Amino acid sequence: MEFQRVEGTDKGKIVLYALSTCMWCRMAKNLLKDMGVCYEYIDVDTLSAEEKVTVKQEIKKWNPGGSYPTLVINEKECVSGFDEAEIREKIK
Amino acid sequence: MSDSIGEGEVTRKEVESLFTRLDQEAESGGYHLNPNREFTLGLIEGMMVNERRYGYWACPCRLASGVKKEDLDIICPCDYRDPDIAEYGTCYCGLYVSQDVLDGKRKATRIPERRPAEGMAAPADRMSASAQPGLPDLSGLTYPLWRCRVCGYLCARGQPPEVCPICRAKKDRFERFL
Repeated sequence: MEFQRVEGTDKGKIVLYALSTCMWCRMAKNLLKDMGVCYEYIDVDTLSAEEKVTVKQEIKKWNPGGSYPTLVINEKECVSGFDEAEIREKIK
Repeated sequence: MSDSIGEGEVTRKEVESLFTRLDQEAESGGYHLNPNREFTLGLIEGMMVNERRYGYWACPCRLASGVKKEDLDIICPCDYRDPDIAEYGTCYCGLYVSQDVLDGKRKATRIPERRPAEGMAAPADRMSASAQPGLPDLSGLTYPLWRCRVCGYLCARGQPPEVCPICRAKKDRFERFL
């Protein structure tokens, strides 16, 4: 299972759990790119069945509803769903 | 639009063709596609990718299991679309919106997930009246009554229609109502 890394300014460990088919996830990726921050993402729908189980458990630790996108910041905070203001607030 | 257009199996032309069809069907049934055309085309592309993966239009913004029986409620149009449009002016993924959003009086934003979390709801045997608790005994009815789980359309006949005449949901989205 490989996370895709997008280069940018180091603002800590930023991990985005996304779906390749979802427009809200795409908007989250675009926002992070526009903000110029370094982050990692994974498109969960493209993973194998076993990998999906593992990743879904990880996502639920942060976002019990298990919805997409889920953004985890510095293994401390989470933004569930695409909320531009919240993402900008939590990544400074 | 997505970088994947033109690279994968789904072409821009196919996406636009389905957009035109869905737009006509939506308007004829009193529904509206999201007026943000590029956003909407992106969602339709996602549905087409899912159709090739799973064989059906799983919601592009939810993780499908790939087992149709488990995913029935999230096949577009999903079971949650109409209540979400009524409450928030948009469905979960944003493909369908209310008249207010279409007219620019309200903005379509991300909304909470109405679908019960995984493992919280067992899929009901929708085709059986006995699976619906609390139904009055109407065994004297000439025909059973079928309800479209997407839009609520009711019809009294031996079997549900192949396609819901209101929202275009397929036969397997109907449940026995009475």
